[in-house]
Amino acid sequence: MSTKQEGVMEETSIQIQTKKKVSKKWFAFESLAVLLATIFFGVPFYFVIINSLKDSTGAAELSLAWPESFQFLANYKEVLMLNDGIVWRAFLNSSIITISSITIIILICSMAGFILSRRQGMAKRLNYVILMGLMIPPTIVPTIWVLQKLGLFKTFPGIIFLESALHFSFACLLYTAFVATIPRELDEAALMDGCGPFQLFFKIIFPLLKPVTSTVIVLSSIQIYNDFENMLYFFPGADNATVQLTLYNFTGIYGTSYHLLFADVLLISIPPLILFIFFNKKIVDGMTAGAVKG
Amino acid sequence: MNSSTKKMYPLAFLIPAALVYCTFFLFPTSMAFFYSMTWWTLDDWEFIGFDNFVQFFQEPSLRIGFRNTLIYAFTTMGGKVVLGLFLAVFLCSKIRNKDFLRSIVFFPALLSTIAVGYTFSALMHPTNGIINKALALVGIAGPNWLGDAKIALLSVAMTDIWKGVGIATVIFIAGIMAIPGHYYEALKIDGGNAFQSFLHITLPLSRPAFNTVVILALIGGLRTFDLVWAMTGGGPGFSSDLLASIVYKQYASGFFGLATAGNVLLFLFVGLIAFPIFKLLNRKEVDL
Repeated sequence: MSTKQEGVMEETSIQIQTKKKVSKKWFAFESLAVLLATIFFGVPFYFVIINSLKDSTGAAELSLAWPESFQFLANYKEVLMLNDGIVWRAFLNSSIITISSITIIILICSMAGFILSRRQGMAKRLNYVILMGLMIPPTIVPTIWVLQKLGLFKTFPGIIFLESALHFSFACLLYTAFVATIPRELDEAALMDGCGPFQLFFKIIFPLLKPVTSTVIVLSSIQIYNDFENMLYFFPGADNATVQLTLYNFTGIYGTSYHLLFADVLLISIPPLILFIFFNKKIVDGMTAGAVKG
Repeated sequence: MNSSTKKMYPLAFLIPAALVYCTFFLFPTSMAFFYSMTWWTLDDWEFIGFDNFVQFFQEPSLRIGFRNTLIYAFTTMGGKVVLGLFLAVFLCSKIRNKDFLRSIVFFPALLSTIAVGYTFSALMHPTNGIINKALALVGIAGPNWLGDAKIALLSVAMTDIWKGVGIATVIFIAGIMAIPGHYYEALKIDGGNAFQSFLHITLPLSRPAFNTVVILALIGGLRTFDLVWAMTGGGPGFSSDLLASIVYKQYASGFFGLATAGNVLLFLFVGLIAFPIFKLLNRKEVDL
């Protein structure tokens, strides 16, 4: 009995020793990896922040050095006052476009997703048509042509409907997949109680879609807010500035005003940063939706 | 389908979505096939057959777009898959600061592409840029990242990988987390080591995540426009022009028919590359 116990004791002490050795090596490896990741992903952020605080000659050196004089207020004030406050105007425009598009996307995609999920045959036939929207970029000139014919080129409704159309596929697929998890018995019970399709959808189904709706809000708002390409094609014009296009103001043929450029980069990164802080999990969930199941 | 289902799930609910999607996406896309064969000024058009396409394949400044787009899409896809998988395995292991690391790797994905492009153009400045200064410290003369026609495209691709690897990482993490723990326990009991568990469990069973990353990265790479626009504008010369940036340039110069032909080619390009890969990857699905 006693020898058996000793044997066990010996074994555990050996195990602890090897574990310690491994953990020391592991600790070194881990620290190195953390350090590398911090350098690769952290230095660019530090670079932007520190240079947005320098004066124009200091920032033009593009170094990581600590600023000789802090120009925080002066730089940000200059960015915000430029061209009669074009940056403010851009924030307003981007907000209008983002909020309106998302409202439309949620409404049309949740309704479409509900029907497509409940009528499987329909969904199968339309599958490739919907997938196309995920893969194919919009055609420039034909889209402008359509917008012009409708009198919507360079207008808010035009860009809002366009953004809604371009984000339709993704949101619709999310809604379709989620509606499938809501039991059909619920619909039947509602029908028994005398609900029409409108009541069924808006009073019973739509509130249950809240998790997807919040994912769609967070993801689409980031994408539409960050959209540069479609704003450039379909929403041109001096008054139609959106946040991504304000960066243009600080680069030019006479050289780049780096201190103002980086101040503007930070300013326009604030909304995604806020979303990231509060909805980190939602964003990740949305981006990985469907990835696990294939 | 019985009548009560029809009543409960009316097709009218599809109408708003169909109107928006067809008017602003499907209709212009299908019209592109016709207008790509015309000489077009928006007000007027003249049918010229396949001349626009012929020009796209003949002129070197346009033809280069196909090669560059392929290189760009596959480089960024490869980088995101390899780095993303590595980071995901690392971030799923028993390390501290896990959440901090995940956040810092993921955050660039949420930033504006143009802002990232301008920032990296500054970091890649040939003389003042931090990258070349860091290389000089270890005695390497850094290249002119964006000014050298041979590597400009790859420099942009590197920036794309930096920005996009976070999404690949979170998708891989989700895939790895979905693998039941008893697979690893079984391998451990059989005496397998960490590398074997990666090779025989993690790699095959995170296949769905792998497929998603490959498809997303490929499609994203094939249609990239803003990053190239912000960093090189397609230059020097046409050395980093992608199909999407060529289409924009033709549009901006007023060659509407030619630009539309470019859009159609981009459409076919994405379809011909992404679709077969999509099919191939989904055929060999591994069941959990």
